[in-house]
Amino acid sequence: MPGKLKAKIVAGRHLPVMDRASDLTDAFVEVKFGNTTFKTDVFPKSLNPQWNSEWFKFEVDDEDLQDEPLQITVLDHDTYSANDAIGKVYIDIDPLLSCEAATVISGWFPIYDTIHGIRGEINVLVKVDLFNDLNRFRQSSCGVKFFCTTSIPRCYRVALVHGFVEELVVNEDPEYQWIDRIRTPRASNEARQRLISLMSGELQRKIGLKVLEMGGNAVVGYLQCFDLEGESGLVVRAIGTACTLDKLTSLHTIPTLTDGCVCSPGRPVFSEDPPHPLSGPPTPLRTLPSSSPPPFSPSKPCSRQSSSSDTDLSLTPRIGKTSPPSSPSPPLSAPFLIPSQKLTEFPIFTLTCFPPGFLVHVGGVVSTRSVKLLDRIHNPDEPETRDAWWEEIRQEIKSHAKALGCHAVVGYSESTSICEEVCILSASGTAAMLNPRFMREGCLDTGGSDHRFEDASPPSCGFVHIPYDEFNMPFPAQLTYCYHCRRQKVPDVLFTTIDLPAEAEVTGKGCLIQARLCRTKKKAQGEVNATSISNLLPFMEYELHTQLMNKLKLRSMNALFGLRIQISVGENMLLGLASATGVYLSALPAPGGIQIAGKTPSDLSYDQHISTMQKRIDDTIAKNKELYNIHPPECIEEVVGSPIPDRQRSSRLFRSTSESSDELSELDLSHGKKDAFVLEIDDTDAVEDIQSLLTDAPIPAGFYSCNTEVMPGIYNWTSGLQMFTSVRVYRLSNANLTNQGLNKIFTDLCENLLKSLYFKLRSMIPCCLCHLNFTVAVPEEELIQVRGHTYLSTPLQSWSGENEEQLQFSMELCGESTISNNQPTAKPSVSSSERCSPLPEGRSRSLRSTRSLPCGAPVTVVKMTPLSFLPGTRIVKYLGIINMFFIRETTSLREEGGVSGFLHSFIAEVFAMVRAHVAALGGNALVSYSMKECVFMENPNKNQAQCLINVSGDAVIFIRESDQEAIPPLLSSRQTSSTGADGTT
Amino acid sequence: MSMELDVFVGNTTIMDMEVYQLWLDGLTVSDAVKVRMDEGALLECEANAEVLTSDTMDQFRTFQMCERLLHSPTKLGSQLLYQIPAQNQRILIERYYEFDSVFAREVLGKKLSKGTKKDLDDISCKTGITLKSCRRQFDNFKRVFKVVEELKGPLVENIQRHFLLSDTLARDYAAIVFFANSRFETGKRKLQYLSFQDFAFCAGQLISYWTVGAVDSMMEDMDVDLEKEFLHELKDLKVLVNDKDMMDQHKILVCAALRGKIKVYKLMEVNFKNLSRALINLASKLTHTKDVRDLFIDLVEKFIEPCRYDRWTVAEITLFLTHYTNAAHCLGTFRYQMIWDRYMGVIKSCILQMYHE
Repeated sequence: MPGKLKAKIVAGRHLPVMDRASDLTDAFVEVKFGNTTFKTDVFPKSLNPQWNSEWFKFEVDDEDLQDEPLQITVLDHDTYSANDAIGKVYIDIDPLLSCEAATVISGWFPIYDTIHGIRGEINVLVKVDLFNDLNRFRQSSCGVKFFCTTSIPRCYRVALVHGFVEELVVNEDPEYQWIDRIRTPRASNEARQRLISLMSGELQRKIGLKVLEMGGNAVVGYLQCFDLEGESGLVVRAIGTACTLDKLTSLHTIPTLTDGCVCSPGRPVFSEDPPHPLSGPPTPLRTLPSSSPPPFSPSKPCSRQSSSSDTDLSLTPRIGKTSPPSSPSPPLSAPFLIPSQKLTEFPIFTLTCFPPGFLVHVGGVVSTRSVKLLDRIHNPDEPETRDAWWEEIRQEIKSHAKALGCHAVVGYSESTSICEEVCILSASGTAAMLNPRFMREGCLDTGGSDHRFEDASPPSCGFVHIPYDEFNMPFPAQLTYCYHCRRQKVPDVLFTTIDLPAEAEVTGKGCLIQARLCRTKKKAQGEVNATSISNLLPFMEYELHTQLMNKLKLRSMNALFGLRIQISVGENMLLGLASATGVYLSALPAPGGIQIAGKTPSDLSYDQHISTMQKRIDDTIAKNKELYNIHPPECIEEVVGSPIPDRQRSSRLFRSTSESSDELSELDLSHGKKDAFVLEIDDTDAVEDIQSLLTDAPIPAGFYSCNTEVMPGIYNWTSGLQMFTSVRVYRLSNANLTNQGLNKIFTDLCENLLKSLYFKLRSMIPCCLCHLNFTVAVPEEELIQVRGHTYLSTPLQSWSGENEEQLQFSMELCGESTISNNQPTAKPSVSSSERCSPLPEGRSRSLRSTRSLPCGAPVTVVKMTPLSFLPGTRIVKYLGIINMFFIRETTSLREEGGVSGFLHSFIAEVFAMVRAHVAALGGNALVSYSMKECVFMENPNKNQAQCLINVSGDAVIFIRESDQEAIPPLLSSRQTSSTGADGTT
Repeated sequence: MSMELDVFVGNTTIMDMEVYQLWLDGLTVSDAVKVRMDEGALLECEANAEVLTSDTMDQFRTFQMCERLLHSPTKLGSQLLYQIPAQNQRILIERYYEFDSVFAREVLGKKLSKGTKKDLDDISCKTGITLKSCRRQFDNFKRVFKVVEELKGPLVENIQRHFLLSDTLARDYAAIVFFANSRFETGKRKLQYLSFQDFAFCAGQLISYWTVGAVDSMMEDMDVDLEKEFLHELKDLKVLVNDKDMMDQHKILVCAALRGKIKVYKLMEVNFKNLSRALINLASKLTHTKDVRDLFIDLVEKFIEPCRYDRWTVAEITLFLTHYTNAAHCLGTFRYQMIWDRYMGVIKSCILQMYHE
């Protein structure tokens, strides 16, 4: 059914001078949607034109509304020659198609040109009239909400989780088409931007269709990626988790479902409700608020028609091998009762953060990698090859999870690394057992949510209990009884890709742990190249894993969350970077120390060397225990049989390759119960390990860092402060291309980037770098690109004394709707103020005065954060997904300040455009922000450079916890109950 | 191994105000790193030279990119490219427009043209301020001058409105614009002892009392030029020296008031006519642009130097000028009380400001 798109061009400002003679511009605007174009009048001789155009109306199909962006082009009228383009604005109108998101797009947008960057701003008003009731739009997928957030969005509650959705579309890359040889770089960039915009629109629509088919109304944890395969084409792919979300209203007082907040574990929150048998007939769904999308019919089967090929990989876990549930209540046995058709083809979830009770057990990390050779995509309409590749990988992930006794994979993500025609496809996730209620229709009506806590074994430790059979373990591990409940078995170490569950009990504080690795490889072509890469991969994974394990032990911790292993391929090297947040889970046993063993016959100096090393390590461990405040209560060790007496590989990391867990363990160690982790320093590898262990600079005092959403061990945060992106590219000199040399260099790069961050933020301590994530790439031979994102928070509790004053100050600033910066109280250095100011006293006084100077209309402050929330605030409305792709090119690289100047201004421009779009939707923050792609290419000889950036996130409106009373009347009706939910943020 | 590219971008633009000052001072990155090292930046956060260099480069780049916006500060508030908290915007602007008074003293009263810009090398050598910083300060002067030159209304307010400067700084700029417009002579050797602040004070007095805007603050009035009519009327004051009786009477009144109150009484009595003639002649000549330009040098040569020669103290000069001004009101035949007060008020405060070593 069609809809009517209406756009109005109001005004422009700060336009560039297009006519050198008059120093002015004769600007007009072209508004294009699909194949229809409208034009405004020319507003002569002004840099701040007021067009105030009529409403341009486009009558279009809703399918087009989803796929196409509104394209606004600002031009300079020229009577004699062709009109010069000033720049463009692409507006994604998808947020207007969902009635719960934004209703109007209105605001100032930067006018962007791929060659010149931002050139002035334009004020635009966009509305959509959908002719029919939303119900009618089920053919297209208007109304399906998309969230980048990998947890249940706050202010919604999940009624049902349907499962995995994926889609990919392919096309030829305009950059590599023959026509590119004759058109201008600008035309080529614009064609590419437009194509990618179209492709992501199409992708989103197709995913939406799948969601509707499954009976859902939203996609959570939507992850969209581009694979720039060069000659062979352009792939846009996306994965997500289909859900049925209900908007929280005052009636639905189930705040605990909305986010990972603390809820007192074990307490039956709504126990007065009589529990209904779960197996009972599904009752009709509760009447939804009129504003929400149409309820799906309960009778509709919610699974996709799965292909026959995966019947052999049925999801039903092997009954009898699973550890018995701690409490005999019927729900626990539910996993076995799920009819397999209830789950989708892939029981995979992109979520990393879950409502309490959702996770029953966590098995461990499952990951898979596969090396492929790219060839030209012959028929864009049949993206079968790529589809098949990913299908294969997901099957493998699924079987890994099954081997761990789990029926699902959570915290799942996919990525690629492409170099020439070789492509590494990677996928990883965490094998888990889920509470089946969330996947059943009508579960909430059967009272499932009300006694959610009764069934699980003590919730704060339930998830660490092993899901697999202790006598038939898929890998060697040492089991003990849970240190919390003493009833169930737990492993000694746990690696996961998810966020720390809110109910988990942690001793001390967490910290960021990184493992870095660089391996050289011979340059090769085609098949040979692919083979050599796939031969290297298992070794890299193994080493990264060992490094992680060592570093974890060195910090006296026993679990990793948010583990992300990235392997990037270059022409002559492979880079591996693993980041995770280490914590000490109270329910797991205390880690043993690290012991160094030498193999060489006793030699006095050698022994001495070993003992000094041992001492250094012991000292570091002791120091770290202090630093992270890890003082677990002493417990009696109860080692329960570990079938294989090997401890070196005691965690579970599954690889695609066959040698997953048997390549190690030539060490035979007969250590008592206290499992010391033994490092042998006889071979170079071990020396390297120890080097990298001890060269990690300690984090400066006052800083905390983690790569997860919340910092384990610290809970009170002030309202969000800052988001940073840092990009560095290093050129390696040819001289040292040994593995060890490279490793050292790579480690230094990462360490230095961290050091730089700490240094830059030194004035903010005590503070925490949350969601600190690095991305590595090998853009060219001998180049290493490291990209870091982080979000800075300041803990509330640690402010004291004079710092409190500063805090007050920053809060005050926030009140004026500005962001408190790292220099809230600017203290001019004495020397400089003496020199520069004739009247130093009077001047600084006047600076401090609160007198407001006249300055133009205030720009809405838009916060950006990679977290799914803003500490100290409450998200009251989700306005839609922001997914933008920009290309910037220059032919005057030197003039723009070299590569750094070029990229710096481009990133600043991208941020500015993202902020403008969020503000135009009526939002004041972008959460779950991520910069997924930042491809930088340069040709200094030609004075040229090009960069592509893809960013995404969820536009939201937030309010501060403190001004809850001041909720706009519009929202107050929907939002009254969930206040308690944000207690921890 | 070398760093090819190194950027650090925050959603909110991060600025270290100490580094900003180094940038404003026109230091190169390596010099700035040295300064920061000397100030002990390396002691914080286990930083090393590499980290410090990277941070400094980053900050300098940020400032350079913002510089374009600082040229029209009103844009800074409405632009979308950099999200800078209002507080920081204010500091950025204020610091950018702050100047070294030594530098301002050098260009004071000069035409803000290309020619003067060429002399910046010399000024840089003389004052020890980097050439880059000199250029920035000079360009600031010129930019402010160009914008407010033709504007109606009070000068200080115009500057504040267009450049969002603090009151104090706007007043200093008003002085610079005023001096540049009237091209007062400030470079003579005898004037070298005067600081920028001395002149800025005098400019403030002239703007407040002698311009058109001073008498009635109607919107169309301009602050930049002295009131022609007033300067013309000053000729009438000549009667105080031309009319012998009146002059004698004036002297008697002043002497009567000061007897026993100042140490230099004797010398004052002898010199009264010379001093009085100097001040009145100065007044009557101000119709000529040339003489307006020489206002300060004349004050120094004709009044300040003789007094200094006779070792008058500031207190004595204050007393003398007060009674000299007041006594004229008691002269029965003197009809130009208004003009006289307007003239002497400014002259008195200027002389007092300028009377020092």
